[in-house]
Order: sequence, then C-alpha cells, then structure tokens
Amino acid sequence: MTETLGMSGYGIYVWSTFALTATVLVYNEWAARRRFRSVYRDIEVRIKALENRS
Amino acid sequence: MWKWFHQLASPPHFFRLASVLIPWLAWPGYALIAYGTFAGLFVAPPDYQQSDAFRIIYVHVPAAYLSMMAYMIMAIAGGIGLIWRMKLAHAVAASAAPIGASFTFLALASGSVWGRPMWGTWWEWGDPRLMSELLMLFLYIGYMALRSAIDDTTKADKASAVLALVGAVNVPVIHYSVEWWSSLHQGATLIREGGPAMDAAMLYPLLANILGFSLVFGALLLRRVRSEVLRREGRTRWVRELVLAPGDSA
Repeated sequence: MTETLGMSGYGIYVWSTFALTATVLVYNEWAARRRFRSVYRDIEVRIKALENRS
Repeated sequence: MWKWFHQLASPPHFFRLASVLIPWLAWPGYALIAYGTFAGLFVAPPDYQQSDAFRIIYVHVPAAYLSMMAYMIMAIAGGIGLIWRMKLAHAVAASAAPIGASFTFLALASGSVWGRPMWGTWWEWGDPRLMSELLMLFLYIGYMALRSAIDDTTKADKASAVLALVGAVNVPVIHYSVEWWSSLHQGATLIREGGPAMDAAMLYPLLANILGFSLVFGALLLRRVRSEVLRREGRTRWVRELVLAPGDSA
C-alpha cells in the first residue's frame, strides 16, 4: 500500500497531478450547471414578472 | 444533408437534442476515465526509464489533446458563424472557450509537474511546445475577455470569431513543434509510423482516458451551449413555453 502510494518516490508528482485533474473536471461540471441555473432563473423571473403584470 | 443541417441549427431543436445527448456522453465518459485512471495508476507496469512518474501521461495527453481540439471547434464554429451567420455556431464557439482554457491550464500544469522530476525544471522558456501551448492559453483568455468586453452579442460574435480564426494558426504549431524545432518534449508516441510506441498494458488505459475525456468534453460543451442558447433566445416564444411548462425545470 505504502509502495503504491509512494510511486517509486514520484508520488507527490503523480498524485498531485491526478488531484488537479479531478478538480478541473469537477469545476467544469459545477460551472456548466451553475451557468445554466443562473441563465434559466433570470429568464424565469423576467417571464413570470411579465405574466403577473398582464 | 442540408435539411438535417438546418434542423440542427434550429435553437429549440438543438436544445432538446442536447438535453437527450448529455447523459449518453457524460456517463460513458466518466466510466472510461474511471477505468483508464485505475488501470493507468495500478495495472500498467512502470516505464523502464521514467518509472512511475510516466503515469502522469494518463491525464497530461488527454488534456493537451483536448486543449487543441476545443480550440479547433471554437475556430471552426466561429468561422461557420461568420460565413453562414449561424447563431448556434457562435454559441458553440463561445461555449468551447472556458472548457478549452481549463484543459489547456491542466495540460500546462500537469506537464510542468511531470517536467520537474524528468527534466529537472518546472518550466523551460525556450521550449517551443511549452511556449505555443502557453500562447494558446492566452488566446483562450483573450477570446473570453474580448467577448465579455463587448455588450452587443452580434458584434462580440464577429470580433471573437476573427480572433479565434487567426489564433488557429497556433494549433498546428503546437502539434508539429517537436518535429520542427529542438524540444525537451519527446516525439509522437501514439500516432506515428510503425504504430504506437507503447506496450498494450500501457496503451489501453491511455486510449480509454483520451476517449473518456473527449466524451466528457462533449457533454460539458452541450451543457454550456444549452445555457448560451437559452440566454440568446430568452425573449422567444419557445423559451417562454419551456419556462412556463408545469414541472419542467429543463
């Protein structure tokens, strides 16, 4: 187990790279979903305000 | 063919199609990445020269490949938008930029971390591939800054498409830089005469990750294009119907 994590002495380089990759993938998913929710909510608020006024 | 092309360019049709396609791209993509990462870290044998440090290849190569692919999609979509005045194409170009920038950053960062134990340095200013990849990150940032600086979407589409097309010259420079100039980078490993220069146990996880990252990129792109289409079409009837449909959160 320690041997696997150690990666022949390169563990810090290998694991930090894979952790960064996971972060980039999670960030991309989160940012894309947040962008959609934000755009959708803005449109929803505007349309419902117009509906209530008419 | 043209009928299909025109139908695809219709925002409501594309919006619905993207909603269906996203899970079909995302789940197989993440499954392939899970396999490729596990096999790359724990199953593939260590490299005879680089030992376990070579395992960084399993994220560095897919990220570098996607950084270039995203740029080509951005430039081609921008070109289509300019020539055929197709709004959806501009939406695709604008959506590809932030994802491409994030993968370019990942390619540079993972390459830098890999370079430290192998080359003895985090960064080499004289290396043509590093510099052309860094230039691409600046092109992505410039593209997004230009878009956000122009309020008028039509003008922003045109100006950013021209920038994307001009910057596309950099993509073949990145790809062929290791052949044209002296570089710390090794030559092509996968696509070369005589087949890939890797053992199958090392190769398959890499291919799985390249395909997996590509599928996830496709899903992320469609997610962002949906938002962009919705923003641009916010005052149209189909969006109004979509928002007012009971129980439909799109």
